[in-house]
Amino acid sequence: MGGDAVNAADTVLAVAQALLWPLAAPLLVGWVRKAKAMLQNRRGASVLQPARNLGKLFAKETRVAHTASPLFRVTPYIVFTATWLAAAAVPLLSTHLYTAALADVIVVAGLLGLARFFLALAGMDVGTAFGGMGASREMMVSGMAEPALLMAVFTLAMSAHSTNLSSVVDHQLTGGTLLPSMLFALGSLILVAVAETGRIPIDNPTTHLELTMIHEAMVLEYSGRHLALLEWAAQIRLLLYGTLIANVFFPWGIATTAHPAAWGIALAALAGKLLVLGAALAVGETVLAKKRLFQAPAFLSLAFLFALIGLISHVILEQGL
Amino acid sequence: MSALWVIAMAAPGLALASSLTGVFATARRPVPLRFLSLPLFSLSGLAALLCGAMALANGGSATLQLPLGLPWLPWQLRLDALSGFFLVLLGALTLAVGIYGVGYVRDFERGRDQLPPLGAFSGLFLLGMELVLMADGAYLFMVAWELMTLSSYFLVAFQHDHAANRRAAFLYLLMGHVSGLCILLAFGVLASFSGSFAFAAMRAAHPDFLWASVAFALAFTGFGIKAGLVPVHAWLPEAHPAAPSHISALMSGAMLKVAVYGFLRVVFDLIGPLHWQWGVVVLTVGSLSALLGVLLALMQTDLKRLLAYSSVENLGIVFIGLGLSLIFLGTGHRLLGALALVAALYHALNHALFKGLLFMGAGAILHSAHERDLDRMGGLLRRMPWTGTFFLIGSLAISGLPPLNGFVSEWLTFQAALQTWQLHSGLLRTLIPVAAAVLALSAALAAAAFVKAYGVAFLGRARTRHVRRARQVPVSMRVGQGLLALGCVAAGVFPSPFIAWIARVPQSLLGSGLPQAGAQGWLWLTPVSPTTASYSAPGVLFALLVLAGLTAWLVHRGAVRRVRRSDAWDCGLTPPTPRMQYTATGFAQPLRRVFGAWLRVDEQVEIAGSGPRYRLQIADRSLALFYAPVVRVLDRLTRLVTRIQAGNLRVYLAWTLGTLLLLLWVVTL
Repeated sequence: MGGDAVNAADTVLAVAQALLWPLAAPLLVGWVRKAKAMLQNRRGASVLQPARNLGKLFAKETRVAHTASPLFRVTPYIVFTATWLAAAAVPLLSTHLYTAALADVIVVAGLLGLARFFLALAGMDVGTAFGGMGASREMMVSGMAEPALLMAVFTLAMSAHSTNLSSVVDHQLTGGTLLPSMLFALGSLILVAVAETGRIPIDNPTTHLELTMIHEAMVLEYSGRHLALLEWAAQIRLLLYGTLIANVFFPWGIATTAHPAAWGIALAALAGKLLVLGAALAVGETVLAKKRLFQAPAFLSLAFLFALIGLISHVILEQGL
Repeated sequence: MSALWVIAMAAPGLALASSLTGVFATARRPVPLRFLSLPLFSLSGLAALLCGAMALANGGSATLQLPLGLPWLPWQLRLDALSGFFLVLLGALTLAVGIYGVGYVRDFERGRDQLPPLGAFSGLFLLGMELVLMADGAYLFMVAWELMTLSSYFLVAFQHDHAANRRAAFLYLLMGHVSGLCILLAFGVLASFSGSFAFAAMRAAHPDFLWASVAFALAFTGFGIKAGLVPVHAWLPEAHPAAPSHISALMSGAMLKVAVYGFLRVVFDLIGPLHWQWGVVVLTVGSLSALLGVLLALMQTDLKRLLAYSSVENLGIVFIGLGLSLIFLGTGHRLLGALALVAALYHALNHALFKGLLFMGAGAILHSAHERDLDRMGGLLRRMPWTGTFFLIGSLAISGLPPLNGFVSEWLTFQAALQTWQLHSGLLRTLIPVAAAVLALSAALAAAAFVKAYGVAFLGRARTRHVRRARQVPVSMRVGQGLLALGCVAAGVFPSPFIAWIARVPQSLLGSGLPQAGAQGWLWLTPVSPTTASYSAPGVLFALLVLAGLTAWLVHRGAVRRVRRSDAWDCGLTPPTPRMQYTATGFAQPLRRVFGAWLRVDEQVEIAGSGPRYRLQIADRSLALFYAPVVRVLDRLTRLVTRIQAGNLRVYLAWTLGTLLLLLWVVTL
């Protein structure tokens, strides 16, 4: 009976954790914007503003182009769901996660790939020049960022002897010291995260200048609830990468038991880590300028190279440590 | 004769019957082809599927002596798990191709093409492939192999009124012969140690490392040419698109796998003890093929050529798995070797399913819009919703996205590669992660290639008038595609039962299966152990569906439901015309700039009298780097020969006499 009770508690917590993702995601974006505004000597909008924007979009009429196919209308749901499920497999507060066993880190990358595949297709669906441009550029960026992401997490997976993210975090908690390979993997993952979440210097989330946009160009034809879902998915993706970096490399505070107090500590620790990461992102976006599109490959091949060096230095130097 | 052999003999028998009935079809009387030859073709596939499944279930091996062949070289057949697996693969694809073909061959009835060769050589082609998979001796193997090569040559040359097709067919024939020669020599090396051409004797004999390596090199070259590996792949993107689309599906889906079968049979079964050094070679060639194949696929604007280059990539992935398997087996890690082998075989099966499906989709477009050039397509999803949906499933599968089948085999390959830490050699530890990186890169680029193919062909707006008028294809063609799409979904969502069956191959070949893979029940896939890695494809699909349903329900309850159709916004600029859409060439431009160094890109803007013209040519480097030198050397040698061929009869007679005397002297030694 005791076992059942624990399982029931686990299940409730797992569901709560999965629900926390879409709820927390707009807050992180709000915080990054706020921090950026403060760095620019502005007061900035409230941290809740992204969430309010979503609400506003949901309350608006949705417009669909005459030339759009049914794929255009299902894409927002697929993108949102796949991103959410990918996020649910990443340990947010606790390492005890059913979903982490359901989908390991390669599946997480695969689900993000699925979302991107549909998003790029939807960009090409209406038959406008900008949609195709966004899709083409997005596939170039992701074509180089996705392998770097996989290589970076493989470095972790090899030292933890597992591709299951819960096990990786557990391994980091118990025996993980910051080895050189980890530093390379961290560097690579940060670069990938910047590229994949469409931040400066690869893409600019606030731009609507036609010729420079990537992500915005793909979602240009969307409005109303469709746009809300896509924006929300993008926010979850930012939170996902932030949590991946925070919890895998700095797993302090994450709950390993189902105790409420442990969860409280985990929530506080995660909030602290994300505040720091969000502030760092804001500083980076303030200091750097957006690069030209054809300088993005250099940025991304650096990420790929870091990841590969990390992996090779792990298998050559650190075996048996 | 047991039930197994009755069914197993029915497969080649039906293929032969399909070939014979195909002869009687003419453009005026297409009934024999459509309603006799092609159904027999499908039935032969069904028989192959059944006997393959029985052989897999059987586990052991069964042999049968045919009353054919030479007195001292009888034809013997043998069915074991390995041939069973490839028979299942071939049979499943053939079944779908036969059904699809009924609708597709209508195209040729109206044209000037001669129908008899199509049916006759299709049947012989299938017969050849089935016999290769069943052969138990080098003699029958080579006969069947040449039957497969020659009959497919006639299918490539089927529409021989185009000069490009004739050229492709000749290149194909040439490379087929080089490949056949290498395989023959490999068997020669093995036979000189065993003293017999029977596989059983070769299996018992163990040549030393040097000769085993010679046999391996010959077999890898021979089967590698047929499998389209870089740098000897150049025939493939020429030949596969030239054949009628249902035959392209069979060539890409099945014939390349027959080459994989041959490689497995010779290297894993016949040569004897395996060496990791071979694995390094296979892994390197496989990685190169995967990367170059996908880069070239990305650059194509001809849909069938794109698919053909993507076959090079996928065979590269299969050989990455085989290379990993050789490395693990050569260093004594049997379980990991079995894992990598299962990954490779699973990818071979998946490739047969999705590449067959995609070639059928390309054929459907060709059938109803008469167009192969992506830059002239667009908006086909609305005109051909079924084909569009099936093509989308195929594109998702080939891009390695969950929860479809391409993802599972790539996942397994990654899992095998991640076990590198168990090896001791520094070289291997460095090499395998690099190969894994190449695999990740080619998977991501494959997604880009298929976003391009699908987005340009099926989405957006039609770029030409005939594409705008494309019509739905006949039912049989939709059924053929639907069967394979179903196969892609099934192999993606329920990988555990598939893997349990495939694991019988390493079980019988290496004596070690994958006991852990399905140990947690059919829901879970745990190739090494549950703590190392787990993936639940049914769980992921279920979670996706539940979350999507929940989201849709909440959004439809909470959000404003009104949807208004309007013109595209496009930043409020002038209304876009179909010509303003991104083309396939434009889509690939950023990646062309990034990876241009790997390709030979010739890009020019010519300012001529009638305004500027943009010209783009992307050449396959292997032609210049690999084929051209060979051709030059051959050319020089043949020039030397022309010196003795002066055209004077008396000189020829003198040469003959001289040769005769020399031979007589050699004989008397």
